[in-house]
Amino acid sequence: MSVLSQTNHGPVAKPLPHDSAKLHVTGAARYVDDIPVPAGCLHLAFGLSTIAKGRITWMDLDAVRASPGVVLVMTARDLPFTNDVSPSIHDEPMLSNGSVHYVGQPLFLVVATSHRAARVAAHRGQFDYAEDDPILTVDQALAADSRFEDGPRVYQKGDAGAAIAAAAHTVDGVMELGGQEHFYLEGQAALALPQEDGDMLVTSSTQHPTEIQHKVAEAIGVPMHGVRVEIRRMGGGFGGKESQGNALAVSCAVAARATGKPCKMRYDRDDDMVITGKRHDFRILYRAGFDDDGLLTGVEFIHLVRCGWAQDLSLPVADRAMLHADNAYAIPAIRIESHRLKTNTQSATAYRGFGGPQGMVGIERVMDHIAHDLGLDPVSVRQLNYYDAPEGAGLGGAAPRPAASPRGILDKKKDNTTPYGMPVSDFELHGMTAQLLESSDYVARRTVIAAWNAGQDQLKRGIGFSPVKFGISFTLTHLNQAGALVHVYQDGSVHLNHGGTEMGQGLFQKVAQVAASRFGIGMHLVKITATDTAKVPNTSATAASSGSDLNGMAVQAACDTIRERMAAYLAERHQITPAQVRFEDGMVIAGGDEMTFEEAAMLCYQGRISLSATGFYKTPKVEWDRIKGQGRPFFYFAYGAAITEVVVDRLSGENRILRCDILHDAGASLNPDLDIGQVEGGYVQGAGWLTTEELVWDGKGHLKTHAPSTYKIPTCSDRPDVFNVDLWDGQNREETVYRSKAVGEPPFMLGISAYLALSHAVSAYGETYPALDAPATAEQLWSAIRRVRDGV
Amino acid sequence: MEITFHLNGEEVTLLGASPTATLLDWLREDRLLTGTKEGCNEGDCGACSVMVTDRRGSKALNACLLFMPQLNGKSIRTVEGVSGPDGELHPVQQAMITHHGSQCGFCTPGFVMSMVTAHKNGATDHDVQLAGNLCRCTGYAPIIRAAEAVVGLPVPVWIADDTVVREPAPAAQNHTPYAPRSSDELAAIYQQNPEAILVAGATDVALWVTKGLRDLDQVIFLEGCSDLKQIEITGDKVRLGAMVDMNAMRDAIAPLHPSYGEMIRRYASVQVRGAATLGGNIANGSPIGDNPPALIALGATLHLRKGTIRRSLPLEDFFVDYGKQDRAPGEFVEAVSFARQPDALRCYKLSKRFDQDISAVLGAFNVTIIDGFVTEARIAFGGMAATPKRASHVEAALLGQPWTKQTIKTAQAAFDQDFTPMSDMRASAHYRLESARNLLERYYAELNGEATSVLEVSL
Repeated sequence: MSVLSQTNHGPVAKPLPHDSAKLHVTGAARYVDDIPVPAGCLHLAFGLSTIAKGRITWMDLDAVRASPGVVLVMTARDLPFTNDVSPSIHDEPMLSNGSVHYVGQPLFLVVATSHRAARVAAHRGQFDYAEDDPILTVDQALAADSRFEDGPRVYQKGDAGAAIAAAAHTVDGVMELGGQEHFYLEGQAALALPQEDGDMLVTSSTQHPTEIQHKVAEAIGVPMHGVRVEIRRMGGGFGGKESQGNALAVSCAVAARATGKPCKMRYDRDDDMVITGKRHDFRILYRAGFDDDGLLTGVEFIHLVRCGWAQDLSLPVADRAMLHADNAYAIPAIRIESHRLKTNTQSATAYRGFGGPQGMVGIERVMDHIAHDLGLDPVSVRQLNYYDAPEGAGLGGAAPRPAASPRGILDKKKDNTTPYGMPVSDFELHGMTAQLLESSDYVARRTVIAAWNAGQDQLKRGIGFSPVKFGISFTLTHLNQAGALVHVYQDGSVHLNHGGTEMGQGLFQKVAQVAASRFGIGMHLVKITATDTAKVPNTSATAASSGSDLNGMAVQAACDTIRERMAAYLAERHQITPAQVRFEDGMVIAGGDEMTFEEAAMLCYQGRISLSATGFYKTPKVEWDRIKGQGRPFFYFAYGAAITEVVVDRLSGENRILRCDILHDAGASLNPDLDIGQVEGGYVQGAGWLTTEELVWDGKGHLKTHAPSTYKIPTCSDRPDVFNVDLWDGQNREETVYRSKAVGEPPFMLGISAYLALSHAVSAYGETYPALDAPATAEQLWSAIRRVRDGV
Repeated sequence: MEITFHLNGEEVTLLGASPTATLLDWLREDRLLTGTKEGCNEGDCGACSVMVTDRRGSKALNACLLFMPQLNGKSIRTVEGVSGPDGELHPVQQAMITHHGSQCGFCTPGFVMSMVTAHKNGATDHDVQLAGNLCRCTGYAPIIRAAEAVVGLPVPVWIADDTVVREPAPAAQNHTPYAPRSSDELAAIYQQNPEAILVAGATDVALWVTKGLRDLDQVIFLEGCSDLKQIEITGDKVRLGAMVDMNAMRDAIAPLHPSYGEMIRRYASVQVRGAATLGGNIANGSPIGDNPPALIALGATLHLRKGTIRRSLPLEDFFVDYGKQDRAPGEFVEAVSFARQPDALRCYKLSKRFDQDISAVLGAFNVTIIDGFVTEARIAFGGMAATPKRASHVEAALLGQPWTKQTIKTAQAAFDQDFTPMSDMRASAHYRLESARNLLERYYAELNGEATSVLEVSL
């Protein structure tokens, strides 16, 4: 046996650590800025605008050129080809062409001998502007009719207005819902190495290597085959590296082309936060009609979406918000109107959930409001409105669960289609909710909390429940494809490549587990490699939670192709059928012959069998019309449910999360521990969005919270004291890779339960509905408590 | 100047290093030790945490906030130096793997260094030890599980044996960067070079360089002035040297005034507190420094020195206006002292996040009640004015009055006369004023034994 041999069972579903865990903890894991660069590498920085809107009338860059270490200074006029870094409609010049659209817009590019020299020089540009009044707020944008698309998008089902008018009860309200900075720990970074014949090798901290390849090719005037983009790992992405890395990669490539030297660019943290887009903030207006039990009859939403200065990904983000305006509820009549407003702020971009969280907060706010007004348990109101469970046990649920809704399984069936006409056929939340209520002891704790609150003047506790139903697939349907390239070498070791990128989510390990399982070998035989546009072309962004679903299937296909070739060859030698050749426990069993996988690989190599294959996958069943808002945008839904308990202080609004219980649906998990990691991390990030993470711009459009000193993501002690996270014991009803479900984004929305718990706690100070805005900072809570308690 | 230190067990001597080069840049750019990461370059994320050992012990510090001369005579361990000589993992590293403590891995080296240091020091208050390390992926739970898993495991010999290179205190040189070895030397140098920048812990000055992109002409490193690190606690007095770092300060203060100790726990992070000094926090005159209000409420006296001349003044008088303090060129903060007293001090720090956040409002209350009447009231606030400031009208409204709800109510109205706060990204003026008013109510409720702190509620 070779040294590589070691028997092992199929690794799928094993809780293996992250493939790079050992490299992480020893500091050996390389990120873009850690890669040793050839001598003479140059460093880049942008000079940034200081006004939000206007035109440059005068520009003097002499002091920049004279600054120590400066090699080259470039403006829009110096760019050889396309001046655009937009991922969508070519509306995002990399360097200003004279007009300024937000504070922090790149105006010129400095190329210098060190990172610091570039930064110092970038501050020395002199500009005069003809300043215009910026459009900063949704009100200003509406007044100026400053928007993307010609008017609002409207999705609807039934006649919501009539349903609300006829309803026994109604609620209405307005909610401000803040944006969110990604705060990936590794800032944006790229490195370009000029190659012979005008080619360019780019290493970019990106979720979307093909997009980088495309934009770099445009910018240096070569076909895409002249640009190769590679990324082994990112230090976090969260959507912030789907399009926001374009400017750095293109800058490096353009500067490398101009100087013939390697060029590297990384944003200082403050620049990163000032330049790049964030989660879209929303104002949500809502109106809902319902009966005495809280059963919805009609809902109307207006989404006012602040998209920033360029379109970027705002349309699909705003679409996805509309597509999640129902969350888990079968709403007979609903109308969602979405305004995509153009403002002189950073161009808001993809962020974990991609609009889904904002849409979901809207309907959860409605549920909370209804339960408050009717004096009902908010969980019961939600259960009552849930979509119906699918007929029969099926594949999804574990054991059959007793009916949990207050009305029991409703006498009459609901119209179980979403507002966009997609039947919900995999609804898991009845069983999941029942299990979570039981495991978290929800009912008893609600009583305990009420009693505790009655004895307190200053402090009140609250408990909140929120379900998640999140649609899985890119809503731009053609993106639902993936490729893989797998080599088996003659020593039996496997080289794995696919289009997905690793940003910490454990995608590479999960996909490697799939590969190892297809060959029946141990993980030590599988080499995980950097994502590389030269190996797998035309990839989609690692986004929309789709990484494992798409790339896992593509890798499975590639592995199966090789395995079938091996089996056919070995079967012929042993006069059996290929199906009788087994790959398991590191062995290949063909008839009476048993050999290690390594031996089998050698044998096949010597038998002149191709041991390299590509794999391809496209998601079935998805097709829809985004203008009409009709069809099946999603292959399936992922589900989750969370219960959070908090305590609040009325004098200061200070608050804490005390406990959180989560049950999350990852289908038949490819790696339960990595999936739980996504759930825990997603929850805390979601709770941060709705509590402490506040983005503040001043009246001139300057972002005032542009560093961790002023923008507060959760820290260690902000996680719940008691934090119970479980995976739902089910499997995907659709045929996904090993019946698993996507897990990247859905758990983020479990954080909504923290917002609802705070709302519940605040409601203990009086009769009025708290109508909390988000983020529910201490100040926001203090203000809401005064409203509820003192009527001011 | 010549700098000698240990790096991962090996002696390194640097000649002519830039005095304002940070350890982070030197590690990554000169030494190609890229395990230590730059996350924010301002000491707020902890990705660049390293372990620094001197004769006093080992600390986790942010490499982005350390100028190279501050390391003279110390021993530095980076993430590359945590595993054993044969590559065996430190228990912290193994636990981080086992408990899935890393996802993207970028914050991980910093977490590992904080955890290795805490483990070496036997510290098990994990939330406190790790408050200075941000992670965006994991939600912290698995990291805490890893930290808990190594409690009680032996410290590996290669970590335990990390000792200092040699006696520090190099020969003083007569040009920048100065490195005086005592406050007497400092007094002489500073008097002759009053334009020089004093660098104590560099937690603020480093930002002038890394974020303000300034070049500092003349610098005086105070690290060698060990006489300024003294803490004297006698029967009637507490005297704290200007170079006392905030972790040492917390240890000294917590037994005397637990609420002040708790406030320091939330002041920045372990890494920043390990470098930040009391003198720096006072001398930079920030209206949002957390020590001044607490010390003013304690009736502290500030001790200044210029050359051989010393003078003392009530701390509140030091803060003249925004950016303006009562400090002459060449004069420096030598110490702060206050009288031992029965503990009635409560410090309330309001911020968006509990840990490692700059205060929106910091209220410090110290009211003496004898036989139900207020006999003395010292109340001071940070974040409410251009300087740390006493609430004199509130104090006056309390003085001589019965300690009752009614008195509190009356005194609350006086806040309008004391403060006209401003709005910024941390809080609105309205919230600042009203919550400051409320904090007096909290103080009353707390002295009455009511539950007032959400941090003290647990299930």
